[in-house]
Amino acid sequence: MHELAITEGIIKIAKEVAEKNNANKVLSIKIKCGDFSGVIPSLIQEYFDIVSRGTIAEGAKLIIDRVPIKISCSECNNESEIKRSDIRCPICGGYQYKIISGKEFYVEALEVE
Amino acid sequence: MEIKVVKQIMEWNEDCSNEVKRELDEKKVFMINIMGSPGAGKTSVIVELIKELSKDYKVAVIEGDITGQIDAEKISEMGIPVVQLNTDGACHIEAMSIKNILAYFNLNDIDVLLIENIGNLVCPAEFNLGEDLKVAILSIPEGDDKVQKYPLMFSVANILLVNKYDMKEFFEFDYDKVSMYAKGLNPNLEIYRFSSKKEYDNKELFASLRRKIKDKLNK
Ligand SMILES: Nc1nc2c(ncn2[C@@H]2O[C@H](COP(=O)(O)OP(=O)(O)OP(=O)(O)O)[C@@H](O)[C@H]2O)c(=O)[nH]1
Ligand SMILES: [Mg+2]
Ligand SMILES: [Zn+2]
Ligand SMILES: [Zn+2]
Repeated sequence: MHELAITEGIIKIAKEVAEKNNANKVLSIKIKCGDFSGVIPSLIQEYFDIVSRGTIAEGAKLIIDRVPIKISCSECNNESEIKRSDIRCPICGGYQYKIISGKEFYVEALEVE
Repeated sequence: MEIKVVKQIMEWNEDCSNEVKRELDEKKVFMINIMGSPGAGKTSVIVELIKELSKDYKVAVIEGDITGQIDAEKISEMGIPVVQLNTDGACHIEAMSIKNILAYFNLNDIDVLLIENIGNLVCPAEFNLGEDLKVAILSIPEGDDKVQKYPLMFSVANILLVNKYDMKEFFEFDYDKVSMYAKGLNPNLEIYRFSSKKEYDNKELFASLRRKIKDKLNK
């Protein structure tokens, strides 16, 4: 829903890191994006292409690494993956669990020259 | 050359919400972020909370709306300090707006600050505001499948109010299912059946809020 604001956040991070490292150009930006985060990666790339024009990040490729939602079930003690569309433990059908990954949303690395 | 970074993309909001939190800790103000769909009963719940909490605490309100000030006027008529926050189209409140708006209040003279977030079950859940407590409202007419459809809201909330409980008989609403799904996502979630027309768990909710406020304010 705020993919535009998010995109601006990514460009800000890219600029800061690139400048600190005396880079001339950002070639790619690696992003970790959990399936639980609610972010739509395809929209981000589209906004990025527009918003990054005229910045050091213009033309950079976004490499988005999706992180599945992983749970640790306290009923059957198994770790498994779930989808947003069916949040039951796939093994025992229970709902008592901890989400151990899938909420992340951060810039992991930049490729610069 | 590859540079490893690991920078949270929403960091600007996190930084800002930490600033708000520090300020409210220093001034001893307990802030509650109230979230739910349009029409879920956020303003009605706030009115009930004001009636209860203003017996012992000085209460103030931040009314978030995309535009207009109907809700703010309702609160103002109760003699409660209220500041309208119009997000001008945005579908949620960000910490930066709260930080700016705190300047409009005399925080030395406020114990409890209630925020009515924008009517939306999706993105308000993604933005920490520096609050002490997140309250999610789900009203009976919205249906009992909302936890499955909007899991993030229910996984970040501290308290869930199943509101308009007086309407239960008119809707096929399975309360046990809702609490089971919600507890699955969030084992520490407190769930209360609530209504501004009738007593359900209203008293238990008030008691829990009073305990939490007292823990922070020592009064
Ligand atoms: N039956 C019943 N109706 C309620 C209850 N609480 C609120 N309502 C009604 O629900 C409608 C919406 O209530 P509001 O409190 O304005 O809801 P809101 O979430 O603040 O709405 P927005 O600010 O427009 O998003 C009003 O017509 C209220 O009278 C309740 O406990 N029971
Ligand atoms: Mg309202
Ligand atoms: Zn299980
Ligand atoms: Zn939003």
